[in-house]
Amino acid sequence: MGKLATITRRTLLVGSAAVAGGVVFGVYKAKAPIKNPLLDSLQPGEAAITPYVKIDASGITLITPRADKGQGSYSLQAHLLAEELDVDPHGVNLSPGMPDPAYYNAKVMSEGLPFAATDDSKLARSARDMGGTMAKMMGMQMTGGSSTVPDSYEKLRHAGAVARETLKQAAAQRSGISRSELNTKNGRVLFPDGNSIAYTELAAAAAQLDPVRDVALRDQSEWRLLGKNMLRTDIVAKSTGTEIYGIDLVMQNMLYASVRSNPGLGGKRLNYDAGRARAMRGVKKIVETRHGIGVIADNTWRAFRAVNAIDVDWGKPDYPASSKETWDVLANSFVDEHRNSRLKDLGDVEQAQKDSKVIEAEYRVPYLAHAPLEPMNAVVLVGDERLDIWTGTQIPGFIQDHAAKLTGINNDNVFVHVQPMGGSFGHRLEFSYAMQAIEVAMGVKGTPVKMTWTREEDMAQDFPRPAQIARGKGTVQAGQLESVDLAIACDSISVSWFGRLMGMGVPGPDLLIVAGAWDQPFDIPNYRVSGYRAPVNRPISSWRSVGASGNGFFHASFLDELMHAAGADPLQELIRLCNHDVSRKVLQAVGDLCNWQGTQIGKNRGRGIAYTLSFGVPVAEVIDVTNTPSGIRIDKVYVALDVGKIIDPVNFEAQVSGGALFGLAHAMNCELTYENYQPQQTNYHTYQGMRLHQAPEVMIRGLENAEQIRGVGEPGVPPAAPALANAIFAATGQRIRELPMSRHIRFA
Amino acid sequence: MKLKVNNVDYDLDVEAEMPLLWVLRDELDIKGPKYGCGIAQCGACTVHIDGQAVRSCSYPVGAVQGAVTTIEGLGTPDALHAVQEAWIEHQVAQCGYCQPGQIMAAAALLAQQVAPSDDDIDNAISNLCRCATYPRIRAAIKTAAAKLQGAA
Repeated sequence: MGKLATITRRTLLVGSAAVAGGVVFGVYKAKAPIKNPLLDSLQPGEAAITPYVKIDASGITLITPRADKGQGSYSLQAHLLAEELDVDPHGVNLSPGMPDPAYYNAKVMSEGLPFAATDDSKLARSARDMGGTMAKMMGMQMTGGSSTVPDSYEKLRHAGAVARETLKQAAAQRSGISRSELNTKNGRVLFPDGNSIAYTELAAAAAQLDPVRDVALRDQSEWRLLGKNMLRTDIVAKSTGTEIYGIDLVMQNMLYASVRSNPGLGGKRLNYDAGRARAMRGVKKIVETRHGIGVIADNTWRAFRAVNAIDVDWGKPDYPASSKETWDVLANSFVDEHRNSRLKDLGDVEQAQKDSKVIEAEYRVPYLAHAPLEPMNAVVLVGDERLDIWTGTQIPGFIQDHAAKLTGINNDNVFVHVQPMGGSFGHRLEFSYAMQAIEVAMGVKGTPVKMTWTREEDMAQDFPRPAQIARGKGTVQAGQLESVDLAIACDSISVSWFGRLMGMGVPGPDLLIVAGAWDQPFDIPNYRVSGYRAPVNRPISSWRSVGASGNGFFHASFLDELMHAAGADPLQELIRLCNHDVSRKVLQAVGDLCNWQGTQIGKNRGRGIAYTLSFGVPVAEVIDVTNTPSGIRIDKVYVALDVGKIIDPVNFEAQVSGGALFGLAHAMNCELTYENYQPQQTNYHTYQGMRLHQAPEVMIRGLENAEQIRGVGEPGVPPAAPALANAIFAATGQRIRELPMSRHIRFA
Repeated sequence: MKLKVNNVDYDLDVEAEMPLLWVLRDELDIKGPKYGCGIAQCGACTVHIDGQAVRSCSYPVGAVQGAVTTIEGLGTPDALHAVQEAWIEHQVAQCGYCQPGQIMAAAALLAQQVAPSDDDIDNAISNLCRCATYPRIRAAIKTAAAKLQGAA
């Protein structure tokens, strides 16, 4: 990761218009095999046949480098490896491994390009390949963008197969029986005579061999595990309180800390008075950090109490202090000077709208917190020339880089131990909490310190999903959509995040400003989507489904308004306009699932539909609501989608259902509003989300028509809010164009 | 100060106003109850005091009168409580961080109402799940109720 900055300064073009810079490295380097990081730390008798499989006499360890935030990635990676390795994923050890370039994510960058997921042209394909090559060059180890399955699907099965065949080769050498006559089952090599030998007994011999690389992946018809209902490897621990999250770690002599930083992100800490805190029971030390102040104590609660007892003056950061000012910047950004992209421009929108009745609408979505239930925390032990950090993170390599920079400790001596996470939703693509934990631990070198944010600090220090405004102008003719002109103003997540991560900006347009809107597969005769980068400059970040989280609402809501004005049935009109076979079948499937007969489903009731393609996954959602005396009740959610191949039907359903309900929860009642730089929502009492009594039944139909396999953690989110808004319109006649909807309507 | 947790007696030297949650987590190293909000909003810290579900993050240890049970005392991987069995059967957990609290809230409900209706479940379970596993939580509570009735 150390070379990252130099490489990316010249060539990083994620979200920009070209990937040409990638060639400066030469193909030779991009094609060079990657060093297996497990080899460095092997003990005698241990074998690391691939970067993903480690075996010694005592057991088998599968390395699952994509972080588990709750989406089930550890279990899924283990099953992919186990399918070819022929082991029981519940009978082996799992480890996320240490950050290493070998664990780069080829898909996370290959999708951040100005080609719609439905674009199968040669140019689009080669650009995606180049994106993967750049990720390899940079050693981009990251979990995000719903990329774990697409990135791992072949890679991990291949790793499992290589390990299996190499173990068979070791058994062949030992027995004199040819490898082709050997079989494998449940962690053992089987000989033709019925005898067998455990992989663990072959580890030492396998370690001496060159891995057998010419392996073929098994046909789906031979799968034991994949495609069938799986039992998550962590499910017993998570049902008995025995799962150990980062916040649960305990070490010998460990101290406890908490930090408060400037609620104006990036602003300075000025004067402070820690007199009261210093005198409180259990307080060991007050430590200044770059942006705040930390307390080290002998107990988390005592650290919380003490850090909140410090009076601090905060400096002002250089962006708007209030939500009102933010909205003004956004509203004033729809001008040529700020135009950032116009990637969709079909027909002639202006000509089409010249002499027609133009339907106009403006939409708004608010800042949102990630607010995973486990607040950010990290355990840090700083030695003289070594640093260990135990924390839940999606970006372990970047934490390693920044920790090295912060402490001056050599990169190779910074060890990041990734922990299971109590949620993320994008929060753990950031690293300020980890740096604060290190700053505090440097105050007590040689003693491990667990730094935990209070919930209030977690809300205040979150890098939120940005607020956005969209303006739509459209026309209809003869019962059909004739023109759609959608303009979206938003600040750049890419610029903000890469700026923090790598200390650099990003050239070219930011696709996240228009993702989920510009790339939708509809043949509207005159169709234009423009992105405007609003220079708000409040630090912002990725939130589950990222750009599509707001743009899906804009696009699907506006299409619904126009279809209503045209007098068209929204499902039939979406199917008619759709130019993507896989998506059309998804729309038809959701219609079948809900027995679609229009949006009117009874007195005080209404049905809405929305479609969004995000992360390559077409998703259609239908929502039924009832307008009850105590407010809107969400009765039922129907979802149809296509990820190409469903690896685990149980977790697939969990992610789709969870995604849709996550989208609904925030659409109902969540927002961050700012005064004096601080979010006014400080805890869950003002950031409610959804509770059990509000959760509808969710019916799901997963199709497998798409050619490419895709991830499912995020795509269920974007269509939920517009489907709900469209359903409420059908039930009440009230069009809600601003989130959260609780600003305009009551929920039961 | 005396405290009984999961049938073990402890003698503690802590402030009476320290929330029970932090006594459990940091003084007794019982990590099943989780910190989520600190203001009794999310329920991740739910434990039982004499069988009643309480939010331990906002319950001063000095006010505890009865015996405390945490999820560790409800059941273990080798000896699961019916609610935990149902949670595994339905694979409820995603991130899993709220689930110890959800399970404790569900167990307290089922101890008082053997066959709760949907309305009873709605009224009794107000714990927050940011992953929104609610449909499976509801299904698991019904499965657990059936199991417990069958056993009775």
